[in-house]
Amino acid sequence: MFHYAFMVHALLAAGFVAVLSGLVGWFLLLRAEAFAGHALGHVGFTGATGAVLLGLKPLVGLVIATLAAGLGMGALGARLARRDIAIGMVLAFSLGLGLLFLHFYVAYAAQATALLFGNLLAVDRGTVIALAALSLVSLLALGLIARPLLFAAIHPEIAQAAGINPSRLGMAFLALAALAIAGAAEIVGVLLVFTLLVGPAATAQRLSRRVTTGLIIAPLLALAEAWSGLVAAYYTGWPVSFWIASLSFAAYILATLSRPALA
Amino acid sequence: MTGPRMTDPLPIVRADNATLAHGSRVVLAEASFTLVPGEIVGLLGPNGAGKSTLFRALLGLIAPRAGSITTLGRPARTGRPGISYLPQQEPNGQFLSAWDVVAAAHAGNRPGLPWRNRAARAAIDAALAETGAAGFAQRPFASLSGGERQRVLLAQALAGQPRLLLLDEPLTSLDPAAQAETVGLLSAIRARLGCTILVSSHEISPLLPVMDRVLYLARGQAALGPVDRVITGPVLSGLYGAPVEVLRAGGRIFVLPGEAPAALHQAV
Ligand SMILES: Nc1ncnc2c1ncn2[C@@H]1O[C@H](COP(=O)(O)OP(=O)(O)OP(=O)(O)O)[C@@H](O)[C@H]1O
Ligand SMILES: [Mg+2]
Repeated sequence: MFHYAFMVHALLAAGFVAVLSGLVGWFLLLRAEAFAGHALGHVGFTGATGAVLLGLKPLVGLVIATLAAGLGMGALGARLARRDIAIGMVLAFSLGLGLLFLHFYVAYAAQATALLFGNLLAVDRGTVIALAALSLVSLLALGLIARPLLFAAIHPEIAQAAGINPSRLGMAFLALAALAIAGAAEIVGVLLVFTLLVGPAATAQRLSRRVTTGLIIAPLLALAEAWSGLVAAYYTGWPVSFWIASLSFAAYILATLSRPALA
Repeated sequence: MTGPRMTDPLPIVRADNATLAHGSRVVLAEASFTLVPGEIVGLLGPNGAGKSTLFRALLGLIAPRAGSITTLGRPARTGRPGISYLPQQEPNGQFLSAWDVVAAAHAGNRPGLPWRNRAARAAIDAALAETGAAGFAQRPFASLSGGERQRVLLAQALAGQPRLLLLDEPLTSLDPAAQAETVGLLSAIRARLGCTILVSSHEISPLLPVMDRVLYLARGQAALGPVDRVITGPVLSGLYGAPVEVLRAGGRIFVLPGEAPAALHQAV
């Protein structure tokens, strides 16, 4: 298995992105921004199709589009009433736009499937390096803002009174989440970003009522699911994204059954 | 309104002709009052009177439209050490343990990872023990009763060693027994830290055992003074600009805007 370059690339790429997604997802759920995360994936689709149309790598378009949308959503701020509606409108429009871009692209069907459901086994060396850099930068940034982020998520008013600027922090976090989502979309596809971003984090929040334990479980679980999914795909020949999505789902169901309604 | 302690060299809170407004809506007009070290002041007033707005101004979250507000001797600003605040709104992330909910606020604006060192953990444990919340601190916050939640949240406010404690309606949704427990905690906290406590409430009666003075807000006006002098028909009628009746019965006080019905008079 390890003597195939494509498997080594896939394991590395999935590993970097899974750890980042697990951590970012834990904060995304705590901040009740899962829907914003979902929308960012779809905006990424537009970016990726646009990039393909221009002859660029999809990852370039993914990063640019999600980052711009993440900053935009952050600027809207949680205070704006009906923010979810605004996000939903942008989400729907960007999918439509992505469809148009694909329409102009010749290798239509194969490209669409790869973007929507991921194409982990086709990740090349350059993409692995790009994903590693993206993950390291995001992890460093998250490490810097994690503490105020936790404070502002749990006690928004007290945090503000303590001198934290909630809109600046919210924008910084959504920009960071955008990078994680771009990475996850490259691995499992825009439709399945939740399997790495929300699945492991939701399971971790089921399993642990502690911040520290949760922040250890979520990335490790994402990593385990991504790698197990890859190995399972290697032996069965079924799509990697199917396996990762199934493992993510199974882990959540098991956690829910073993810890019914922790709250 | 001028007590002997008002001459204290360093008032904890001083409002000087302060006007607070949201947009064009004036919530408090040209209010002047002073809170001194170590007193417990009840902040009373009907819904929308501006109690939460006043807290936000004391925290520096909104600037006075006119006049000035100083806290701990300096103009009100966010990020001031020595002030703890318990908002009206409940915390998020209630699947977390009560301990983690408290810890999240501990030096939470410092950059870095949310790990707590030994000194921080000890301070959090001590605060939880002081409010009698140590026994259930490891349970999910969501599973706690209303009274238990108040103990946890008070511990969070205490962990900052405040000189000024701002509590926005900590008694709401508590039954009388839990209200009495919480109020008892306030006087224990004041006795140990010597801090000034401003606590808002819809009912005045539960605060009577510990309250030194009352700050009453209505229709943009404020009146500060001992309960016996402020909670009277004439003073409150002046604040409301309409007749207000005050009834006292069995150590409790009832504020009744409008003339009290005759039947109630007979009952009391
Ligand atoms: N952000 C805001 N923008 C505009 N108006 C506001 C805002 N916040 C409060 N108000 C208005 O200011 C007034 C005072 O509100 P505030 O929340 O301070 O009252 P309160 O005394 O705390 O009421 P309650 O007892 O219901 O908590 C109300 O009329 C309210 O509608
Ligand atoms: Mg209020």
